[in-house]
Amino acid sequence: MSTEFEFTVDGETVVAKPGQTIMDACDDAGVYIPRLCDVEGLVPQGSCRVCTVKVNGRTAAACTQPAEPGVVVENDTPQVQGYRRDLVRMLFHEGNHLCPICEASGRCELQAMAYRLGISQDSLYPYLQPVRPVDASHPDIALDTNRCILCGRCIRASRDVDGKNIFEYVGRGIHKRIGVNAENLAASDASIDDYAMSLEVCPVGCIIRKREGFFAPIGQRQFDNKPIGWEIEARHKNRIAVHQIDPSEEQS
Amino acid sequence: MDNDNATLIKQACADYDNDPRRMMDILWQVQDKLRCIDGEAMSLIASLTGTYRVEVEGVVSFYAFFSDKRKGDITIRLCDDIIDRHAGAQAVAEAFSGALGIQPGETSTDGAFSLEFTPCIGMCDQAPAALINDVVVTRLTPAKVKSILRTLRKTKDPQTLIGKTGDGANSDPLVQAMVRNNIRQPGPVLLTDVDPEQGLRAALQLSPQEVISHIEESLLRGRGGAGFPTGRKWRLAANTPAEERYVICNADEGEPGTFKDRVLLTEKPDLLFSGMTIAAYAVGARHGILYLRGEYRYLRAYLEETLQRRREQNLLGSGILGRKDFAFDIRIQMGAGAYICGEESSLISSCEGKRGEPKNRPPFPVQSGYLGYPTVVNNVETLSCVPRIMAQGATWFRGMGTTGSSGTKLLSVSGDCARPGIYEVAFGVTLAEILEQAGAQDAAAIVVGGASGQIVGRTEFHRRLCFEDLASAGAIVCFNSSRNILEAAAYYMDFFIEESCGYCTPCRVGNVFLKKGLEKIMHGEGEPEDLDYLRNLSDTIIATSRCGLGHTSPNPILSTMEYFPLVYSAMVKERPGGMQAGFNIQKALDEARIIAKRRSLIYDPAYGDRE
Ligand SMILES: Cc1cc2nc3c(=O)[nH]c(=O)nc-3n(C[C@H](O)[C@H](O)[C@H](O)COP(=O)(O)O)c2cc1C
Ligand code: SF4
Ligand code: SF4
Ligand code: SF4
Ligand code: FES
Ligand code: FES
Repeated sequence: MSTEFEFTVDGETVVAKPGQTIMDACDDAGVYIPRLCDVEGLVPQGSCRVCTVKVNGRTAAACTQPAEPGVVVENDTPQVQGYRRDLVRMLFHEGNHLCPICEASGRCELQAMAYRLGISQDSLYPYLQPVRPVDASHPDIALDTNRCILCGRCIRASRDVDGKNIFEYVGRGIHKRIGVNAENLAASDASIDDYAMSLEVCPVGCIIRKREGFFAPIGQRQFDNKPIGWEIEARHKNRIAVHQIDPSEEQS
Repeated sequence: MDNDNATLIKQACADYDNDPRRMMDILWQVQDKLRCIDGEAMSLIASLTGTYRVEVEGVVSFYAFFSDKRKGDITIRLCDDIIDRHAGAQAVAEAFSGALGIQPGETSTDGAFSLEFTPCIGMCDQAPAALINDVVVTRLTPAKVKSILRTLRKTKDPQTLIGKTGDGANSDPLVQAMVRNNIRQPGPVLLTDVDPEQGLRAALQLSPQEVISHIEESLLRGRGGAGFPTGRKWRLAANTPAEERYVICNADEGEPGTFKDRVLLTEKPDLLFSGMTIAAYAVGARHGILYLRGEYRYLRAYLEETLQRRREQNLLGSGILGRKDFAFDIRIQMGAGAYICGEESSLISSCEGKRGEPKNRPPFPVQSGYLGYPTVVNNVETLSCVPRIMAQGATWFRGMGTTGSSGTKLLSVSGDCARPGIYEVAFGVTLAEILEQAGAQDAAAIVVGGASGQIVGRTEFHRRLCFEDLASAGAIVCFNSSRNILEAAAYYMDFFIEESCGYCTPCRVGNVFLKKGLEKIMHGEGEPEDLDYLRNLSDTIIATSRCGLGHTSPNPILSTMEYFPLVYSAMVKERPGGMQAGFNIQKALDEARIIAKRRSLIYDPAYGDRE
């Protein structure tokens, strides 16, 4: 049972262990699949759909799809990258994102993903411009839900790592949002030392650590010099060149 | 919180052993008694059930029938589906609004009434319809609204609205509903007078494996929409090693325009429960759940009594029909207003007391479903076919319908037709034949399969209703030539926006964009490129969504673009000289006017004069 097996991603052979998802196996092989809701150390939930790949011709979320022997996976193809651009754009247009004034700018995974996927121009999508609250009640943490992309990383981090359940989804559909386990964050037992509040968890500038803003100067921020996913691609046996889509390649 | 309320909440939790998996039942009880589940109630429920307040809030806020704000003692939920609108729901809504002095979505200041819109409540054949608390009122008119409110103000009891009860079991003392069955065409499998237990007795003569083989041979396919072979589903569940297995009947019937399960639940509950019992015997399940949509709560007491009678008749419980080794029982799980809970894995989440969100697949429910046990989820109609197949044989069943679709199908016909109601027909019947029978000869467009189905025009009326051609759960909604097809598509998009669980990006956000794109065209601001925009966006939503809701939500737009291209081409215009049709200078200025709190000197010269 526990023997390794192979499948292909864009023609390249990838080795997988039983129980691994396509994402896991590709990560090990140094093949980067774009993602936002999935992050190492938390159970995958398959909600942002940015990791969409085609498996034997059918679309699936790589972070939740089990790897299977012999399957043919398409990852870096114009069609799949096009889907991802649409999804990332949807997230931008769903919330209120003003990167130039955002504390997360330069280390924000949403922004970095947009760059990586070659999103450079305005899209035809409408901006929803929702009216969303900021919860600044907590002495050390602020929550600016205007930038929340509902990735649920904070939910899983608090529940599975901190054992606290500070966050959970409330509402449904386009009204879905992140709820807090009390009237507000200050009334909950959230602490700045929670893993859920660490910089690794929230991919955008929604969970904000007070008094630590803009800690890295422009030019030295996480994604200023290397695109998102580079650390995974660095594991590749041939160290394939990091592939950032040229904006001129973008169709639509 | 006052002590009385705390006592009520404690009682509700205690009634379900403080079990968080029974959260739906607990919340129903609290909502009924307190008319809301507010923050304090959530905290108390959470502490009693060992969960977190925000988890309880997550569940409360997911279901339309639960509310954190106090609802009126009497809550009027008016179906605002396109069928009801065509039948005059707008005037009915205005009559309610006017008489109550509140808009839909509001509660009167004295706390007596709430008025709400709700999607299809399964009474499409007697629209406009509404739920008043649990009581169904049908064929509404503004005049009836007056008398309804007069009665309610006097008695404060919606049940007193029922004068003449409907036919069949609608008049049962435990139902007492004004609902009519409207069975227009009975058929040989389901809507026929037979001994409902004959199939169960026959099945118990066979081994479980033989029963599964029998169902496989009948080629029975799921009637809930997807058409998965029932026998194969059962075999997969039976073959998964487990200590427990579950059989769940999907009676969520949320697809707009569908009401056939309502009629089966009313007239043939024994056939259904018998089918569930056979399924349990076949797969080795001891527990069954009937997931009943909140809109059908008026049937609950009657169904509970039917279950109780079956226990007394030794058709449920331990040692069923003398088989000492076979025990099975069924509980009813109430839904609470969420279309997505018809999707089988969401339905399981809901049964587990959670937000009704779909689960990741794999594992499939037959491998790991309710509480992690192998679970068979089947539609009411599918399970009702089972005893008939066991009694009459697989060959008999296969003798009806087409090669790929055996047996009969219940069609729910509504809209612009003379004889709306239920038709049991052999698979393979053409749309034209049904329209003829239903008296819809002047139909110009038909919605086949409800919001998630296809809106087709006259060119398609020769097509066959079966899994090989026009597959659906059986909704047939007729529109005559006076109806606006884009308005219907827009309504269905609103429905999906409202009912999306919001879990995944493409469905949560993409459907809102689709609707806005369609609106632009409907306002006459569309350009030819907007049609490509809608197609591409639909493609992304279908390809990347996580469950069947997002896989089908663009259908109203895609099918109308396919079958009514002229409607679209008449609405979109090529703009010369790089002018953007979508750009309306006055609208844009209005926003600026509000922000700047003043007018434009160039575009509002009269304003400049006055200064
Ligand atoms: C959004 C959505 C809503 C659904 N609603 C229902 C429903 O109301 N009733 C139903 O039987 N099946 C519904 N289904 C199909 C179920 O997921 C499932 O396929 C079905 O219950 C299986 O039973 P069957 O094989 O007997 O049809 C729905 C599916 C989706 C994706
Ligand atoms: S969260 Fe990211 S994308 Fe949003 S405004 Fe901040 S930097 Fe930009
Ligand atoms: S707050 Fe941050 S981590 Fe939590 S769901 Fe929103 S974006 Fe994700
Ligand atoms: S497709 Fe829609 S309903 Fe299904 S999981 Fe995604 S958001 Fe929820
Ligand atoms: S990373 Fe897989 S769905 Fe978000
Ligand atoms: S009851 Fe209104 S559409 Fe079904």
